[in-house]
Amino acid sequence: MMTEKIVDARGLACPQPVIMARNAMREGAVRITVIVDSETAVANVTRMAQKAGWQVAQERRDNEVHLRLTPPAATAEQPQEAPASAPAPAGPTVLLVKSNRMGRGDDQLGEILIRGFFHTLTEIEDAPAVMIFLNSGVKLTTEGSPVLDDLRALEERGVEIYSCGTCLNYFGLTESLKVGAVSNMYSIAETLLSAGKVISP
Amino acid sequence: MQTLDFFPPVVDDPYTFGAVAAANAMSDVYAMGGEVLFALNIAAFPRWLDRAILAEILRGGAEKVREAGAAIAGGHTIDDDEPKYGLTVTGIVLISELMTKAGARAGDQLFLTKPLGTGLITTAAKGGAAEPKHMEGAVQCMLQLNRAASRAARSAGVRSATDITGFSLLGHAAEMAAASGVQLRIYLERLPILEGTRQYAEEWLFPGGAHSNREFFAPRVQFAGGISEEEQMMLFTPETSGGLLLAVPADKVEVFLQNCRSLEQPAWHIGEVVPGSGIVVE
Repeated sequence: MMTEKIVDARGLACPQPVIMARNAMREGAVRITVIVDSETAVANVTRMAQKAGWQVAQERRDNEVHLRLTPPAATAEQPQEAPASAPAPAGPTVLLVKSNRMGRGDDQLGEILIRGFFHTLTEIEDAPAVMIFLNSGVKLTTEGSPVLDDLRALEERGVEIYSCGTCLNYFGLTESLKVGAVSNMYSIAETLLSAGKVISP
Repeated sequence: MQTLDFFPPVVDDPYTFGAVAAANAMSDVYAMGGEVLFALNIAAFPRWLDRAILAEILRGGAEKVREAGAAIAGGHTIDDDEPKYGLTVTGIVLISELMTKAGARAGDQLFLTKPLGTGLITTAAKGGAAEPKHMEGAVQCMLQLNRAASRAARSAGVRSATDITGFSLLGHAAEMAAASGVQLRIYLERLPILEGTRQYAEEWLFPGGAHSNREFFAPRVQFAGGISEEEQMMLFTPETSGGLLLAVPADKVEVFLQNCRSLEQPAWHIGEVVPGSGIVVE
């Protein structure tokens, strides 16, 4: 069955309505209704959806506009979506590293544990596909990190490594990134939402 | 001369916001060929926010004003729900050196002194959709004073300029064309555009100002075939602390470019002035 979704973007300034609509489209929703209340949002959302090949119908009410978005596939005869009973395909396993230590209790112990954790990951065949480092976690991807060698080894095996740009900036570590790439909250949120499984050390 | 500009934060970092707002506020003086004498702070700040943030905003502004060879003589802050900051700026210019929007003549060559894209990138960043390296490029661009560009033009004898801000490149160019009674021809492929700008244009992350600028100025702008709607919108998108658009008489181009080189000021040759009216983008 098709999924229907209503995106209420009333009162939000651009680019928020576009980003919300785009997320709904990427989540696989079909027949999305985006409710907006500015002509800017009408134009931005309409053109963004049309560029992606979706059809857009407008319905104007008092002070708001309902934009009905349908993808090209939804108008075709044969069902394009998997049956609702089938399990959703699993996304990648994402490791979310929220701190430079593992567990709470003793900081020194936490540092020893996190070293052990990443070293162990290099020896496990089924390592996470994506690793996201945020808050003090970015101290692990930057100069002086005790786990750089292990992270580099994981990166060579194809693991995607991202550090939160805001966090790097906060700790003054933007120039000190040693492994992986910088990411932003938009990409991070998107990665988490599309993950099959999210784990944190 | 006296000018004033202030706005809500365009970047998260308070110091950087203060510096960008100050560079933006002083830009009007530079667009008229002047120098800044002194400035007064104008700020709004919520009671519930840490005062240290306000101090950082003011420090960013003060250091940017100092970079301009001027000083902040005081100011006023009020309580408000959203922080805002800017300056009233007092500047000086010799009447014989005054640059205006009305001085462009057919045959003049058009130069732009900063890349475009600050408005689109900061809008994308507000939605959390901008890559940090793109935002960093936009911030560096917004922080740049228009002082060197103004000096390079002034001492080359240029008498027509405007700065590119809220009305977008095409809006400000249209005002110059109308005030001077000429047509400006701009070549899309020659325009300097910040990395990331085209990507966010393709994603339709335009701010409201881009739509209202297009609505207002589009009747005066002709686009050659083959220029996409996204590219058109991009040129109607407001800029923050943008560069100067200069109409340089043909016999002064060489001196102007020499001045730019010695001041390490970039300048892009983006088009020319011809008889007629309005803007043509090719």
